[in-house]
Amino acid sequence: MFTKQIRPAFFIFLILTIITGVIYPLVVTGIAQGLFSRQANGSIIYKDGKPIGSRLIGQDFSDPKYFWGRISATTPPYNAASSGGSNFGPLNPELIDVVKARVKALKEADPENINLVPVDLVTSSASGLDPHISLAAAFYQIPRVARIRNMPPDEIKNAVMKCASRRLLGLIGEPVVNVLELNLELDEFK
Amino acid sequence: MNWNNLVQVTIYLGILLLCVKPLGIYMAKIYEGKPAGINVWFASFEKWIYKISGVNPETGMVWKEYAVAMMLFNIIGIFVVYILQRVQAYLPLNPMRMPGVPFDLSFNTAISFATNTNWQAYGGETTLSYLTQMVGLTVQNFVSAATGMAILVALIRGFVQKQVETIGNFWVDLVRSTLYILIPLSLVLAVILVTQGVVQTFKPYSETSLLQISKDKDGKDIFGQTIPLGPAASQIAIKQLGTNGGGFFNVNSAHPFENPTALANFLEMLSILLIAAALCYTFGYMVKDRRQGWAFIAAMMIIFVPCLLGIIAYEQKGNPKILNLGVDQSAVVFQNGGNMEGKEARLGIVNSSIWAAATTAASNGSVNSMHDSYMPLSGLIPMWLIQIGEVVFGGVGSGLYGMIMFAIVAVFISGLMIGRTPEFLGKKIEAYEMKMASICILIPPMLVLFGTAIAVVLPQGLAGILNPGPHGFSEILYAFSSAGNNNGSAFAGLNVNTIFYNLTLGIAMFFARYWLAIPTLAIAGSLSKKKIIPVSQGTLPTHTPLFIVFLVMIVLIVGALTFFPALALGPIVEHLMM
Repeated sequence: MFTKQIRPAFFIFLILTIITGVIYPLVVTGIAQGLFSRQANGSIIYKDGKPIGSRLIGQDFSDPKYFWGRISATTPPYNAASSGGSNFGPLNPELIDVVKARVKALKEADPENINLVPVDLVTSSASGLDPHISLAAAFYQIPRVARIRNMPPDEIKNAVMKCASRRLLGLIGEPVVNVLELNLELDEFK
Repeated sequence: MNWNNLVQVTIYLGILLLCVKPLGIYMAKIYEGKPAGINVWFASFEKWIYKISGVNPETGMVWKEYAVAMMLFNIIGIFVVYILQRVQAYLPLNPMRMPGVPFDLSFNTAISFATNTNWQAYGGETTLSYLTQMVGLTVQNFVSAATGMAILVALIRGFVQKQVETIGNFWVDLVRSTLYILIPLSLVLAVILVTQGVVQTFKPYSETSLLQISKDKDGKDIFGQTIPLGPAASQIAIKQLGTNGGGFFNVNSAHPFENPTALANFLEMLSILLIAAALCYTFGYMVKDRRQGWAFIAAMMIIFVPCLLGIIAYEQKGNPKILNLGVDQSAVVFQNGGNMEGKEARLGIVNSSIWAAATTAASNGSVNSMHDSYMPLSGLIPMWLIQIGEVVFGGVGSGLYGMIMFAIVAVFISGLMIGRTPEFLGKKIEAYEMKMASICILIPPMLVLFGTAIAVVLPQGLAGILNPGPHGFSEILYAFSSAGNNNGSAFAGLNVNTIFYNLTLGIAMFFARYWLAIPTLAIAGSLSKKKIIPVSQGTLPTHTPLFIVFLVMIVLIVGALTFFPALALGPIVEHLMM
């Protein structure tokens, strides 16, 4: 009973390995590279011919003239080579410290803003690479960015809306703003 | 909970249920060998596979032979994945020059992927070469799922056949599951995912500059970013469809390259439950009692939907500990609010919560948010969904055969209560079946509770904890629940890449899979030999709402009573401390 199954076991393992482990990924790669090469290679954004980042991978912004993104728990922040979340439990004192520090930093950069801070601006993303923030988090930062860049807030708001994406069919997902694209857009104004 | 949350849940469940019947019928035709398009086109290729492998597809196997073939195939798989990791440094397709993986981590990962658990003690982008991911892990993603489906089909034959010794041919069931079900679905999903931005390439990681120069902890300037790449889409498609769940990147489906958009997230989430739900219909179709298939789906939904809504409700409420810090957690037009720690902005509360429920109800174990950062009670629900034995949809194949074990117990108990001979779909349930079903139901809790108990008394176990207080205990309990039921998700704060955890969790995963699979095949063999008793007035119908509720109660009572004391020490205490 045992010896009879040895040959099938090895041959079927080998054949299925070739089909699912070699042919299948190669076919997908072929289609991906042939038809959707921009997405398949990391959705890289180019500025003056040089790669300035990926539209799907967030970058660390702390300069008040830029919009800030989610907190990143990777070391250093937004380390795309090693993704990770904070994994802090809801009662962990370290979580409370991180939130407090972020609220403080936001207030220091914009003392006149008395609004409550949108929660996604003070919490760590799951991946540590979240490229998006909520619309509320973007609106919260408009006065600061407008003041430092000496631009009318409405113009900044237009830029935010340009980099925002809506829910799929108006129903699925969450409306968000791509932080890197938005900051690139702002730098265009100069 | 706001209206959009409910809309998204409804769309999700609605589309899932719409897919159940067509896919269920298609799979039944594949297993019965009836023409269904693709199996006609590839019929000669399939025959060629059997010919050079020395398999006679017409010859059935008795259950022991089936079990031997299954174990042999799986052990080869474990061995090959182990070796591949150890020697990956000397093999091609390793552009990032990853070194060989240590023995304990290789052992853990090999068992993890062969058993359809896909527990990850490693971070994909920092540990494995493209070759290991592709030829090692992607292959196991397919064949471990196909193994589960084959065992289920063998069990279904136990109900269909009359007085037959054999339960089908493992090789045929395995090859057909892979070739005609898993590959076509994965191919379509993988290509759609690429259009959304999931990477698929063999190029090395890409270096880009940064818009704003950033600083690391020591204040040194950082000028660039390393963008990880790889053949990810092909692996992500099957890891979702095959209830595997092992991510290409460390943070799994929370990574923007694994799950970039709302559409990608929706399809990945649908794929978690798709095959497992449709297999219930396949069951009904093959035993010629479709109501029985729907009855199982109903029983699963009765448990699934309240759990799902519970997670959303607790997550949407947010974290009271940060309420007084000047933070807005409310759901309004421009933000979804809630407990956003460990979640992605594009996914928000509702899509993170649906995923958390689906991935733990099914034994998928992929995550798109960090369960460790959930509120105490919404972290309890996913953990408990794992602990009730991965029978609410569960793994492809393994979920339904687990649920059938519970149905056998339910039939037996109700038979005792009303004084009728217990029978299920015309097959008499006797002492032998009850013994085997009891083994299947009792082994996972034993692995979970003993494993947790050992880990909390040993310094090696306690060393891995990240969060203080009862949450640390929850991390360990979750880890053994996940391994002891072949789920694979984690409270990821726990550092499990240590010799202690790699070995103990590896052993738990091994027994959780095969000590359930073998008794299931034994039942298949014993049922096959029995006559089919025609329906009479004395027959207890097993598709009625009464029986569905009874079945749900059996699952809940076993799950609740076994784990309540442990849960009380972890998430429940934590909730009360809040």
